[in-house]
Amino acid sequence: MTRTASGTRRKQLSAEKRAERRLGWLLCAPAALVMLGVTGWPIVYAIWLSLQRFDLKFPDQQEFVGLANYATVLTNSYWWTAFGVTVLITVISVAIELVLGMALALVMHRTLVGRGLVRTSALIPYGIVTVVAAFSWRYAWTPGTGYLAGLFGESAPLTERASSLAIIILAEIWKTTPFMALLLMAGLVLVPEDLLKAASMDGANSWQRFTRVMLPVMKPAILVALLFRTLDAFRIFDNIYILTAGANETSSVSILAYNNLIKGLNLGIGSTMSVLIFLSVAIIAFIFIRLFGTVAPGRRDK
Amino acid sequence: MKKSKWRWGFIDAIVVVYALVPVLWIVSLSFKTPATLNDGSFIPRAWTLDNYRGIFQTDQFIRALGNSIGIALISTAIAVALGMLAAYAIARLSFPGKNLLVGFSLMIAMFPQVSLVSPLFEIERALGLFDTWWGLILPYITFSLPLAIQTLSAFFQQIPWDLEKAAKMDGATQAQAFRRVIVPLAAPGVVTSAILVFIFCWNDFLFAISLTSTERSRTVPVALSFFTGDSQFEDPTGSISAAAVVITIPIILFVLFFQRRIVSGLTSGAVKG
Repeated sequence: MTRTASGTRRKQLSAEKRAERRLGWLLCAPAALVMLGVTGWPIVYAIWLSLQRFDLKFPDQQEFVGLANYATVLTNSYWWTAFGVTVLITVISVAIELVLGMALALVMHRTLVGRGLVRTSALIPYGIVTVVAAFSWRYAWTPGTGYLAGLFGESAPLTERASSLAIIILAEIWKTTPFMALLLMAGLVLVPEDLLKAASMDGANSWQRFTRVMLPVMKPAILVALLFRTLDAFRIFDNIYILTAGANETSSVSILAYNNLIKGLNLGIGSTMSVLIFLSVAIIAFIFIRLFGTVAPGRRDK
Repeated sequence: MKKSKWRWGFIDAIVVVYALVPVLWIVSLSFKTPATLNDGSFIPRAWTLDNYRGIFQTDQFIRALGNSIGIALISTAIAVALGMLAAYAIARLSFPGKNLLVGFSLMIAMFPQVSLVSPLFEIERALGLFDTWWGLILPYITFSLPLAIQTLSAFFQQIPWDLEKAAKMDGATQAQAFRRVIVPLAAPGVVTSAILVFIFCWNDFLFAISLTSTERSRTVPVALSFFTGDSQFEDPTGSISAAAVVITIPIILFVLFFQRRIVSGLTSGAVKG
């Protein structure tokens, strides 16, 4: 009697489980299919295109050339200049953003007056269209027109390499520091207030409280923020396009790939660069995860 | 106590100035007259609305604005709808492959979009999607889905779903329980993710400049980069600034009215490692 009862219950449970599974898959299928269709298939196609000689100006000359495009790109000084510029912009802007973002996160989290006002203003750089912000910076530094142009004498900062790069980095930092701060704030709220109080009872000053108590608790949040921002900075495009259009050797790899594709109409070379950028990003992500053991965010059910 | 209030007030002021100066500058430029445009003054010496009148008289800007609004709204609606389905499953059901989906959507969030530009350019030309609304809507949905799924599943996990059962016990039908109990609870999360997705689509430049070629589907950020002024002798600075201010207005409104939600959406589930 008892045996049959528990037997049917088990069967029911597994039927229920199966229904739950099916519903789960069914609900996720549309999102998964769209994401796969628009990224998975094109990236495979990009790899295929990167193995072809394929110039839209000479469409009849399309042929399979193996890794020749890779050899062309990887021995090209423009590619390595752009790669260096991209790495430089990424490293400097993310480093400064981390410091500024941490300060901003502390302000947004702890300020005693006008918290709403601070948070609202901080969201403006995050939300504003990058192209709009880039135009604002461009005009600010245009001689004659801009309020900042006279700051360093009578030069035109956007026509020289070093100052152009500095302005690109400035624009990038202004735009994305609030995002960094919000990601860090998510870690900041996890720091137990009691722990801070206890540390200050034990005689820790505010710097010690910050480095010994807050930073260790926030470590996962910091690593996630760094990973996100590093990968995001590596694909920098909008700011450079508007500020310099890549003049005076300020192209990033994204600008270079875009120019080869849309301006040069060279699908083979453009795709090769696409694949190389994809690989670079994958390697950066891999290094982050290996080196720092960053746990993938969003996986909260462990 | 009073002293620390002053100090916070001062620090707050720095943040506000930091955030607002570039925005105010472009606003200032948009109100300057052609004669004072190049005087380098932060505040206009002579004010005019001509720049705004000018852009709203050109087809170029009005069509771009229509494209921007239409494409962003359709993408947002679809991305949030698909995201809701997936987020519900992630938050409430257990099924194999769930972690795979979460990991996959995370990968998309970090994907270098420029890597897709060349294959999508070619695929969309073959399918006839190049330079159409759908040619932009598809990548926008794809790249905003991770954002939608993440914020929505974080919100859905906080909903007390037992209330639905309780409502049914009290005699409500399944549909009533869902409409009267669950929808009001889920609405804030849906609004939040819709705003974040809209901002993302509104902001895009790379896809918009690569996958369009005419006014048929060019969005405002791209149109801005093509603005040349009414004649070749005219400086487009004023028109560009006015157009830039117009597309900044929705962002400012969102930020003013939904600050709390945007902050909680961006910080929710960002880290629980």
